[in-house]
Amino acid sequence: MTTTRFQELIAKNEALHSARRRITNSIMLAITGLLTLLALIPLFWIVGYVIYRGGSTINLDFFTQLARPLGVSGGGVLFSIEGTVVLTIISCLCAIPPGVLAAFYVASNPNTPLGVALRFGTDVLAGVPSIVMGLFIYVLIVVPEKHYSAWAGGLALAILMLPTIVRTTEEMLKLVPHTLHEASLGLGAPEWKTSLSVMFPAALNGIITGFLLAISRAVGETAPLLFTALGNDQYDLGKIIGGGIQYHQSLSAIIGRIINQPVDSLPLTLWKYALQPYPERIDQSWGVALVLMIFTLSIEIIARLWVESRKRALQG
Amino acid sequence: MVTKLAVSKNEKSSIEHSIKMEMKNLCVYYGKFRALTEINITVQSNKITAIIGPSGCGKSTLLRSFNRMNDLTPSARMDGEIFLDGENINTAGVDVVDVRRRVGMVFQRPNPFPKSIYDNVAFGPRLYGIRRKNDLDEIVEKSLHQSALWDEVKDKLHQSGFSLSGGQQQRLCISRALAVEPEVILMDEPASALDPISTLRIEELMHDLVKDYTIIIVTHNMQQAARVSDYTAMMMIDEHRSGRMIEFNETQIIFTNPKDKRTEDYVTGRFG
Repeated sequence: MTTTRFQELIAKNEALHSARRRITNSIMLAITGLLTLLALIPLFWIVGYVIYRGGSTINLDFFTQLARPLGVSGGGVLFSIEGTVVLTIISCLCAIPPGVLAAFYVASNPNTPLGVALRFGTDVLAGVPSIVMGLFIYVLIVVPEKHYSAWAGGLALAILMLPTIVRTTEEMLKLVPHTLHEASLGLGAPEWKTSLSVMFPAALNGIITGFLLAISRAVGETAPLLFTALGNDQYDLGKIIGGGIQYHQSLSAIIGRIINQPVDSLPLTLWKYALQPYPERIDQSWGVALVLMIFTLSIEIIARLWVESRKRALQG
Repeated sequence: MVTKLAVSKNEKSSIEHSIKMEMKNLCVYYGKFRALTEINITVQSNKITAIIGPSGCGKSTLLRSFNRMNDLTPSARMDGEIFLDGENINTAGVDVVDVRRRVGMVFQRPNPFPKSIYDNVAFGPRLYGIRRKNDLDEIVEKSLHQSALWDEVKDKLHQSGFSLSGGQQQRLCISRALAVEPEVILMDEPASALDPISTLRIEELMHDLVKDYTIIIVTHNMQQAARVSDYTAMMMIDEHRSGRMIEFNETQIIFTNPKDKRTEDYVTGRFG
């Protein structure tokens, strides 16, 4: 076998080429590695600093006590944790059912006038600054009601969550193979039954992930709560529920008392405490920051574990 | 209900020479585009009818016309008559859900529901109000026996349908279709996503099933059509890119002595 001219040329240049390739490769590797590190610095810095500053204020009291007046040592942010939980539950109850149903509608009727309007509407809603949601609820609910309340805050957060839920649910439903839909209809299932017992379970993992994304975004929001939930550093679920049971109040009366008064939430408390000129409050705001971080992180972790376990269950 | 059905089946077989389904001048449109032009076909009871032809000639569209699955495509419209046991099912008054129960469907890729094996098969019967566990157990076992899957899954009925292999999943989908006791089964390239061994099993299964059911199959695989079917319809697109049936006859004739030159070229592998 004779060597061609082309092979000769390659052989001549090979040494040079391979050296250049190796050098280019190592330079690029160094650059990408460095930039990755650079991108990670803020993350670790923030997390590390929050842990460092917040960790020293956190103790058992911090999770179990209400706020104490300035100058009185101790006290905690139980009110704020409870407020966050109450707000989250209210906003989920208000946002998830209509969000999921709207997503089903959009996914199966994308080209009808209502479908187009819904899609456009959710896109616009996603771009609306969160403080506008708060203002909207303020005018719509707080002003006529003449008081701030947990449910007003929950509604403001629900509006914030709605576009995320609609869009992620819709995307996940669209990922379900078309033939699955047809197989169900082919067996004679009506459309609603197909949606409920075939499409929804098939897309469930993604849908739940969408919920949790929406929740962790809502949990971290301050702006919509400023003039809806306002804040309440003496909010005490234990007392409301315990008192209610003691005085034989009806369930609806107890729920009414839980949602009808102003509440705090972690970011709201953080913001208020951080603005105060007292070192102890500022320390506490670092503690709140840490709790908030742990809160959203655990939502994330629970979501992933849940999705993983379901995946395993489905794949046998 | 059951006895009435049995009697009417017998009557049909003597009177109508066991024609199970028939299409007369069927045209299917997607918007303004005519996807199928003047299809005429008769489907014999308890026989396998294959639809062959090059890609894009409307085989699947034709198959999906048999149980009005094209209705699900928003822009689709069907003109012409489709008879099931002598009754035109392509009219506005017909209950599409009932048509789809009587004319079941198996798809190209196995598509079990995200449920257990048991719940996949019981899905259809439950839709028709069968709730008692004993009844459901019986239907599930019978359907899984029919698709020759029972022995492989009887100990893990409550595992996910996804835990099965591709070929098993496809047989599960066949069980799921059989569970509502259809009269006709439409198969859209049921083995094209499977390995040769699984394909063979599906073909054997079709031979067994055709004793009790009427089967219509779309296939790209000419050998498969020749192996399994009794009748073959050859389709082709015309100059307007619309699908037409250019020849329909007994499979043996289509493959050995076709009347149309294009059929001969296609089945002998000269194009396609």
